[in-house]
Amino acid sequence: MSKNDGKATQGKRQSAHLPRKRFYRARAHSNPLSDSHFPIPISPADVDYSSHYPHFLHSSKNDPDEDDLLPKIRFADIGCGFGGLLVKLSPLFPDTLMIGMELRDKVSEYVKERILALRASNPGQYENISVVRTNSMKYLPNYFCKGQLSKIFFLFPDPHFKEKNHRRRVISLQLLDEYAYVLEVGGIIYTITDVEELGDWMKFCLNSHPLFSAILEEEIEADPVVKLLASATEEGQKVARNGGQTFYAVFRRIAPEDPII
Amino acid sequence: MEEEVHTGEINREAEVAPALIAVHPLERSIALALGYELRVFDFEMDCAVPLTDEAYSPCHSDAIRAICFGANGRLFVSAGDDKLVKIWRTDTWHCIRTVCSDKRVSAVAISHDGLFVTFADKFGVVWIERLEEDDQGQASVDKKAVPLLGHYCSIITCLKFSPDGKFIATADRDFKIRITIFPKGPLKGSHEIQNFCLGHTDFVSCLTFICPLDCHQSFLLSGSGDATVRLWDHVSGQLLDTCDVGEKAGLLDSKEKVEDSLAVTDINALPDGSFVAAAIQGLHGVMILKCDVPARRLFIAKFVFVEECFVPTSLGLSSSAKLLWVVMGASNVSKLGVSKMAQLRVLSDLDKFLSNEHGDYPVILKDKDMPGGEKLLLQFQGSDHVTKQDAALAATATAVKVAMQNLLTKKQYSLEKRDFRKRDRNDRKFKKQQF
Repeated sequence: MSKNDGKATQGKRQSAHLPRKRFYRARAHSNPLSDSHFPIPISPADVDYSSHYPHFLHSSKNDPDEDDLLPKIRFADIGCGFGGLLVKLSPLFPDTLMIGMELRDKVSEYVKERILALRASNPGQYENISVVRTNSMKYLPNYFCKGQLSKIFFLFPDPHFKEKNHRRRVISLQLLDEYAYVLEVGGIIYTITDVEELGDWMKFCLNSHPLFSAILEEEIEADPVVKLLASATEEGQKVARNGGQTFYAVFRRIAPEDPII
Repeated sequence: MEEEVHTGEINREAEVAPALIAVHPLERSIALALGYELRVFDFEMDCAVPLTDEAYSPCHSDAIRAICFGANGRLFVSAGDDKLVKIWRTDTWHCIRTVCSDKRVSAVAISHDGLFVTFADKFGVVWIERLEEDDQGQASVDKKAVPLLGHYCSIITCLKFSPDGKFIATADRDFKIRITIFPKGPLKGSHEIQNFCLGHTDFVSCLTFICPLDCHQSFLLSGSGDATVRLWDHVSGQLLDTCDVGEKAGLLDSKEKVEDSLAVTDINALPDGSFVAAAIQGLHGVMILKCDVPARRLFIAKFVFVEECFVPTSLGLSSSAKLLWVVMGASNVSKLGVSKMAQLRVLSDLDKFLSNEHGDYPVILKDKDMPGGEKLLLQFQGSDHVTKQDAALAATATAVKVAMQNLLTKKQYSLEKRDFRKRDRNDRKFKKQQF
């Protein structure tokens, strides 16, 4: 308990300093199937993003016509962990709003503090990234409208080896329906893992899904984001340190072959 | 120890299954599901129909949770906790196919062309089974369906095809309504989501489509645990209007104590939307709503009080006969030691109500005036007419309420209780033993 108190006062006194991970110890895994007890927005219109991006969006609720002109979140990092990718992506796309989604409360709290500290020590920078605590496997449509996102990331997801637990995997044929829904046509889905079995699984799911098609190897090499997949996150650095292999799959959201309407 | 007793109780009560009713689209017959029993009455022959199923006897071994007729009335499906989906021919009431599900089934629907049967299981996955024309007549057993779509680990409460057959709508206990495009070759799964209809703040319990004649498109109505009925444009996902039935119900019940749960349990509507009937938990009758589609409005027209302690569990609307069948019932009413109990009422003269004729319409029919008369009542309500009827009704009402609550409402734990539950976790127990 005393630890927590110490953290709170420390945070207030030196808000410009980066949060320290040892105060945000969390379990490595979280059950995505359990009932959620945190608040969930009713619909995308219900989320007040002005508190997330005060630099881009102003809190005063203007008339709804203006709402359409405001920038929308374009990138989502699902299971952002400690936020390494967001921090690296922010200077690469300074005008693009991006959000990290993390199920573990403490970890999302850490990312929040980290972003605030980065903003304080680098004025004008890191204004385009933010984080929410949510179960994105269940509530993604509550945050994003149809075709809103241009990039979606799944870096080093929980492998869930047992066949019984495969339905807990963040990439599955059924959940890809929802990812295809929030991605615009032409949007890109990035996945990477250090577990070969999971890499094969994710590739298989994406290959069998009618709304995704693989991106050519040359295009992948030219994409500056792909280089970050393995190097930006804490998990990726750990794999590199141990000399592990990584397996990525990058696919594009395509239009369905015979649209009904 | 105390905790264990508590959870045990919940499990037993959750097994209470509300009675369900379905009316043949051409009003040839009516079906009632009560517990594991399926009772069918044929209006043309004016008698109860025996169901024939060679492979299984009785046809279902556990509570039936969903029943429905196909659009043309040729087929009927029933499914439930015994993980079996039974497809019946309605001319002979012969089971033509039994599909096995891995999980308990919570909703069923037949596509409008009668070629596909879809059902949803407790894991939130919707499965599809193709019906070939040639195997009509002989029973084929133990077929396995293919997955069509999935809500991530949320019980699907309702499954409906849009009137044009282009979409399939699914509602779940996580306040979501998903509109998915139903493809031409659905056996490969339907992966393209048209929209999500988001706005409900509690579980969504029922859906129904309306397609007014003067409109080019159809609309969706949904009822929910947040005591509202909402009107949607399901193609754009837009919420058009919200009708707070709880607000009105509060006024009606002001004499009595206002019940806390006013969840909408079932809705039924005439295709043109001029008549929408809603069954609401804690209200002893049927709420009638009207939908003014051009004005995008949904409003309460009338509340029809049926009887003290009568809480409808399911509604069946005969559109041509202008009758509304209202059933209240449940299996496993443990308090009375009664295993099954059902009460049937019929609201008639809906046309007079719609044309604003003077008088108190719709009318609740007396038992002998019902289509099918006492024969039907004998079949559906059973011969052992409960003498302590009021007590029985009250007990059924509470049983149904508890069952619904346990099934769909999320359990809320206080912080201390959550910590207490974590203390019992296996990994922590192990640590304790070591010391």
